[in-house]
Amino acid sequence: MSVNALYDYKFEPRDKVENFHGMQLLYLYWPHHLMYCSPFAFLVQPDMTFGAFIEEVLKPAVAAHPDAGNASFLDARWQLNGEPFTPDASATLKDSGIDHKSMLTVITPELNGIAGSAS
Amino acid sequence: MAVKNKKLNLKDKYQYLTRDMSWEPTYQNKEDIYPDERFEGIKITDWSQWEDPFRLTMDAYWKYQAEKEKKLYAIFDAFAQNNGHQNISDARYVNALKLFLTGVSPLEHAAFQGYAKVGRQFSGAGARVACQMQAIDELRHSQTQQHAMSHYNKHFNGLHDAAHMHDRVWFLSVPKSFFDDARSAGPFEFLTAISFSFEYVLTNLLFVPFMSGAAYNGDMATVTFGFSAQSDEARHMTLGLEVIKFILEQHEDNVPIVQKWIDKWFWRGFRLLSLVGMMMDYMLPNKVMSWAEAWEVYYEQNGGALFKDLERYGIRPPKYQDIANDAKHHVSHQAWSTFYQYGHATNFHTWMPEKEELDWLSEKYPDTFDKYYRPRFEHWAKEHAEGRRFYNNTLPQLCQVCQIPTIFTEKDDPSMLSHRQIEHEGERYHFCSDGCCDIFKDEPEKYVQAWLPVHQIYQGNCEGGDVETVVSKYYHINIGEDNFEYIGSPDHKRWLAIKGKSSDEKAGGADKNAA
Ligand SMILES: [Fe+2]
Ligand SMILES: [Fe+2]
Ligand SMILES: [Zn+2]
Repeated sequence: MSVNALYDYKFEPRDKVENFHGMQLLYLYWPHHLMYCSPFAFLVQPDMTFGAFIEEVLKPAVAAHPDAGNASFLDARWQLNGEPFTPDASATLKDSGIDHKSMLTVITPELNGIAGSAS
Repeated sequence: MAVKNKKLNLKDKYQYLTRDMSWEPTYQNKEDIYPDERFEGIKITDWSQWEDPFRLTMDAYWKYQAEKEKKLYAIFDAFAQNNGHQNISDARYVNALKLFLTGVSPLEHAAFQGYAKVGRQFSGAGARVACQMQAIDELRHSQTQQHAMSHYNKHFNGLHDAAHMHDRVWFLSVPKSFFDDARSAGPFEFLTAISFSFEYVLTNLLFVPFMSGAAYNGDMATVTFGFSAQSDEARHMTLGLEVIKFILEQHEDNVPIVQKWIDKWFWRGFRLLSLVGMMMDYMLPNKVMSWAEAWEVYYEQNGGALFKDLERYGIRPPKYQDIANDAKHHVSHQAWSTFYQYGHATNFHTWMPEKEELDWLSEKYPDTFDKYYRPRFEHWAKEHAEGRRFYNNTLPQLCQVCQIPTIFTEKDDPSMLSHRQIEHEGERYHFCSDGCCDIFKDEPEKYVQAWLPVHQIYQGNCEGGDVETVVSKYYHINIGEDNFEYIGSPDHKRWLAIKGKSSDEKAGGADKNAA
């Protein structure tokens, strides 16, 4: 469907990757840890390695959570845009198939948030 | 017409002063004069069928409104002279006003603009007059709200730049984009969105809680504004119902179009009201009723009766109503959690509920609060007590349509976010729900342009790359005064001074180890 309008209604998407000066957006969702109210929106370098992403971006982001110390993220169950995904710590984000505005989900089944409340 | 020396009855007077002031064009094409009336596909066969239940004429309108205005400003004056702010329940209450002034009063102004615009676009005189009066009402609401709250600006932080903040601050893009969406639609969609879905179906959920909230918490200025606006609101609600019935009666082809708009605007309104839910359950020191109770009375019962009544036109209740009804047990807690963790980027203070308040929440939300939210809040309270007040140092993912962070959970599994994702013309888009995702799919061209605050910060369009610069320079939030935890804030200290208590009595563990 398209917009009913009085003129030809067509606009560029506002968040194209070109607008991010060589960087890209990457979302990350850690289920059962709703203390973080929504998935994180990170600004990342496409040629950053997955291992560096875990160490430099993900770990500081979740550091305040009591489960963070017990999480082994590289060994966890991952999804990329809803599909199963096997991380390779030495591969870059780009070579891992993680494109602009992708969402990663990292599932740690043994960790269920504050007092098991999914928080 | 023979002029008789006799007072006109209301009906005749209305006829002369409204309908009879309109005319049929003779040398211009009617469709050229009202170019916006047809492109949405709505078919109007006979404008004279439009009924005006109030039959108000402009001369009576001015007289009546001026009278109300006089009384209102007399009370504002008395409130200021008597230092009315000292009689409120607790200074935490003022934070609800900060949210109202930045989030709602600018919408009154947006409504004024919207009605002024559509009031020009209908070829029916009755609809034009109704829109004209509502435009003036809404402008007055915006002004009187600012005047009602301006007294608080002398004594509390965060109220100094509401219009500027409305255009820029991340969470205020939620109400702003709601009205921008409506105002950039055609005139019939605007009326369905604002007059019907908002004013008629949902407005009680905004107005009643805020105004009773003001009354319960000793804020006489805001209560008086509420009374003064009440008769306007009654007119607006009546217009909302009249609009929908009129459109539906005019042509059967209008039914599916209106149904689609009702689905869309119910969902958008419901999402917007998450802010009100959190205000009721968390920001009012003296509680009126819970958000879940308000939703039951003002939506499930009143809305239920309304949609029963509209059945004969072929209209069914809004899509995803079941999701909204279930969400009454969750949204206020989810919204407050969000503002609590991003309290370094807000123009109002946040805090954890006190012990009695937690118990009230457990009682009002027996199936959800203790299971999903209380452990989180107790953890945060403990962290704060130990000098680690929790702030989220990352930016959140936002919904492409409602622009709220994607914080909402699945109806059938409140431990999982109801995140949705699609690809459209090679770009990825993320949503908080099927409701918002459907709205996008129906008009993608409209929402691909969304000005999402998080993405704008990352694109470098908000005067800085770090949150602190954005908050102070771009948002005009005074760091350390307007934002952060309530306990130990300048507002809190001032309140204790007003009440003659020392500031360390309650401010234990007060610090700002902020983002
Ligand atoms: Fe209003
Ligand atoms: Fe109104
Ligand atoms: Zn949404």
